[in-house]
Amino acid sequence: MIAILRRVIKEPTGLFGLLLVTLIVVSALLAGVVAPYDPIALNIPDRLQSPSQAHLLGTDQLGRDLFSRVLHGGRVALGVALTAIGVALAVGIVLGMLAGFGPRWLDKAILLLFDTIRSFPTVMFALATVALVGPSLQTVIAVIIVTTIPTYGRVVRTQTLSIKSNEFIKAEQVMGAKTTRILGLHILPNIVGPLMILASMDIPTVIALEAGLSFLGMGVKPPTPSWGSILNDGFSLIRVTPWPIIAGSVPLILITLGFTYLGESLRDFIDPKLRKSF
Amino acid sequence: MLLYIVKRTALGVVIVLLAVALLFCMIHLIPGDPARIILGPRATPELIAAMSVRLGLDLPFPVQIARFFANLLRGDLGMDVITNRPVVEIVLGQLPYTLWLIFLSIVFAGLIGIPLGCYSALHRNTLFDRISGFVSVSFITTPSFVVALYALLIFAVALKWFPAVGAGDKGDLLDQAVHLVLPVFSIGLAWVGYLARLVRASMLEVMQESHIRTARAFGLSERRVIYHYALKLAILPTVSVIGVGMGFLLSSALLTEIVFARPGIGKLIYDSVITRNYPVVMGSVLVSTILFVFSTTMSDLINAWLDPRTRKTL
Repeated sequence: MIAILRRVIKEPTGLFGLLLVTLIVVSALLAGVVAPYDPIALNIPDRLQSPSQAHLLGTDQLGRDLFSRVLHGGRVALGVALTAIGVALAVGIVLGMLAGFGPRWLDKAILLLFDTIRSFPTVMFALATVALVGPSLQTVIAVIIVTTIPTYGRVVRTQTLSIKSNEFIKAEQVMGAKTTRILGLHILPNIVGPLMILASMDIPTVIALEAGLSFLGMGVKPPTPSWGSILNDGFSLIRVTPWPIIAGSVPLILITLGFTYLGESLRDFIDPKLRKSF
Repeated sequence: MLLYIVKRTALGVVIVLLAVALLFCMIHLIPGDPARIILGPRATPELIAAMSVRLGLDLPFPVQIARFFANLLRGDLGMDVITNRPVVEIVLGQLPYTLWLIFLSIVFAGLIGIPLGCYSALHRNTLFDRISGFVSVSFITTPSFVVALYALLIFAVALKWFPAVGAGDKGDLLDQAVHLVLPVFSIGLAWVGYLARLVRASMLEVMQESHIRTARAFGLSERRVIYHYALKLAILPTVSVIGVGMGFLLSSALLTEIVFARPGIGKLIYDSVITRNYPVVMGSVLVSTILFVFSTTMSDLINAWLDPRTRKTL
């Protein structure tokens, strides 16, 4: 772990990514302590202020402190990303292994299911779901889980297939090892590395998706702060003040940039072969 | 090749059918009555019952799904519950706006991204290459609706160079073009970075290959080697990337259309979700799914045509 970290911070882009991610993660974790104001406390007399010493990023149309809202919004973004990717990883691993290790018909069936799910454009699929069950953070998380499972499932399947043909697996089978033992003890440890990289590179995509859906009013419910809902406020105030848009977008850009650079340098470290293809 | 075309197309059709079935099941398995959702919380039981009959929700589930497929084959996606016009008509009326937007965004991205990537590859590890690399990644990672918001803020609201809303007058081509500038820029920017990095990587790979060395050994000018031999090969991967990227393009088109209040399929879906116009939501999601499957199928076919090795994988 420390060796990986040392390698990552050796490259300027890796260090840059790590710093950005650390900055945002720490500020989200400490949002309750660091935030100067309650993110949902109304203060109408002070509405629509420009940045000042009292309000670092200004205030929105209800006088809420944007800096505090941005800090708390980081919690929503990271929470959604980690939950969704965690569940999708778990389901993807199970389905991918089933496809790779199970009978051929099952493999075909699971692949077809993956292809079908991936054929929906994500945001449109999300809107269709919201139309059915109504907007909420849970809906957003569920949609992200469903749409990212195929990505992980496919990688797990390919890796399982390639490891399955190794001789040490055949030897285990000959010795009478149970399938669960082979999958859990031999195959799983071999696929965790690439999966973690894939997951870390997916975090920015998921955060952007959550922000996009909350921007459309399909994600978090007011008054919960999310970068997307701050941007939505900014959109309706665009002719009045630029500050909500700036406040909502800067952390979004920084964290996607940070995770992308971090993910890339992790990938270069674990699999240098991939370095060539961006 | 013919076998591959048949198999790949069949797979595409199967995926579309499954997607439709999945969407249909979703409507019926998720708790909540569509008729009640359409009519809102204050609807009387009689109204809800009438709406259920109108949408065919009173029939048994297998009958419903069979009827849905039968109607679909006849090109019937049901009726808009508010205006009572056929959904197909509405969706197809909005589709060209979105298609033009996506097409022009890709053209814009190609015009800037491909030369940028090519130049970076030929001047590898120079300051220019590093800056272009950093800028490309920043473009890729910034969500398109954030770009759209900034474009709107800077060029439409503050500088007033471009119009902020709509698609322009129907008869006036120049007006329509002016209205396209900012949306195309917003969707295309990420792809500028993406194509630049892609072309740079594949250009570096192609330049290592033996036929390039041979061409140089024959004494061809560097210009000719690059433009005639290397670049042609290096831009091939962009074809498949654009095909697979259609899903992202449709998603970013949706958000961009909303920011610029442009007509299009994305805005149609959004508006129908807000007005709970169920059949229109399903119809337009369906059409965009078909579009996405069509473009991935096409890109696989083009790839197989260009590179016979990929045909085996199906």
